Amino acid sequence: MELTERHVEGLKELLYKMADDQLIIGHRNSEWTGLGPILEEDIAFSSMAQDKIGQSHALFELLNGLGENEPDIVAFTRNSNQFHNCQLVELPIGEYDFSLVRHFYFDHAEALRFEALMDSSFEPLSMIARKYKGEIKYHTLHADSWLKILAKGTEESFTRIQNNINEFFPHALGIFEQGDYEKELIEADIFIGEEALRTRWYEKISALLTSFGYSVPALDSATPIYGGRKGVHTPSLQPLLDEMTEVFSIDPTAEW
Amino acid sequence: MIVKSLDPRINRAALDDERTDGVQTPMDQFETYEVFQQIKRGTHHTHVGTVHAPNEELALIFAKEQFCRRGTSVNIWIVRTDNIYTTPYEDADMFETSTYKDYREPDAYKVMDRIQAFKERTKA
Repeated sequence: MELTERHVEGLKELLYKMADDQLIIGHRNSEWTGLGPILEEDIAFSSMAQDKIGQSHALFELLNGLGENEPDIVAFTRNSNQFHNCQLVELPIGEYDFSLVRHFYFDHAEALRFEALMDSSFEPLSMIARKYKGEIKYHTLHADSWLKILAKGTEESFTRIQNNINEFFPHALGIFEQGDYEKELIEADIFIGEEALRTRWYEKISALLTSFGYSVPALDSATPIYGGRKGVHTPSLQPLLDEMTEVFSIDPTAEW
Repeated sequence: MIVKSLDPRINRAALDDERTDGVQTPMDQFETYEVFQQIKRGTHHTHVGTVHAPNEELALIFAKEQFCRRGTSVNIWIVRTDNIYTTPYEDADMFETSTYKDYREPDAYKVMDRIQAFKERTKA
């Protein structure tokens, strides 16, 4: 089908929120580098953080192809109110239990989003979704393995994870905040839409958490924390951006 | 004393530089697993190193990222280090070859001169 201007706007909105999610979670998780619980985990978590940055770069390049600015300019010169990431990914790393639960919540949503996009009618996006399928599969396996073993560890390990599951469920639902072009994206087979994605995600994480022995927060008990997709952020995002762009800002025209 | 650093992440972590008493209980370390990587189907798995992990599942997860980030891999094996039987190094002398065992090797047999002699004889 012929893409109208509204379809292209919807596509850009989708790509921006995905790229910003990947960039911000990637930067956040990289803050664990050198501070991880054991060497092996430090390396694995850092390496996955790099994967996320790489994925965001690929998405910013797609946006560049649709007439947006260069990836570095887009990534490093916007203020927090111009970012479209969900608030979940910008929260400080906290303690490791929080970072693991966020990793579980976010990466399953990401995996299902990319899986749905493998069938996108927008070919360049479906190619990216196929390209990163394996990388993202590893990320979810990593999260699952940790949540599984910590459920059976000690009372403390179980309680810490369960508390984070409960406390950050409303933030996780914020991943699926709807955009202004849901209808256009769905009718053009570009994307299944946030509502369908949320249904798939909730099914997936419910089955996993139950099998590990955790209780699953009820969908109707939680008020999703929205705003991120429209540029409304917590006070944590701007300091992250200042830190992330510190070197770039010294000389934005430098060749790397 | 809280560690001060140029790295903002370190400052945020508010790390205490008071050293512990240096005594490690066995709980401080996960057990180790030996990692074997296969780079192509049908080829041998090759020992590539060791990981610490709390169980087999995480050992595989760690092994993938420690040893298979670059190049190609199709499969990993992990084996608990404890499950490996090994020869003691003090018995390494058993691998020393004896000075004379040429008779076991095919190229120890010099037969060409005899073949030549046989040929000479039968020609006549």
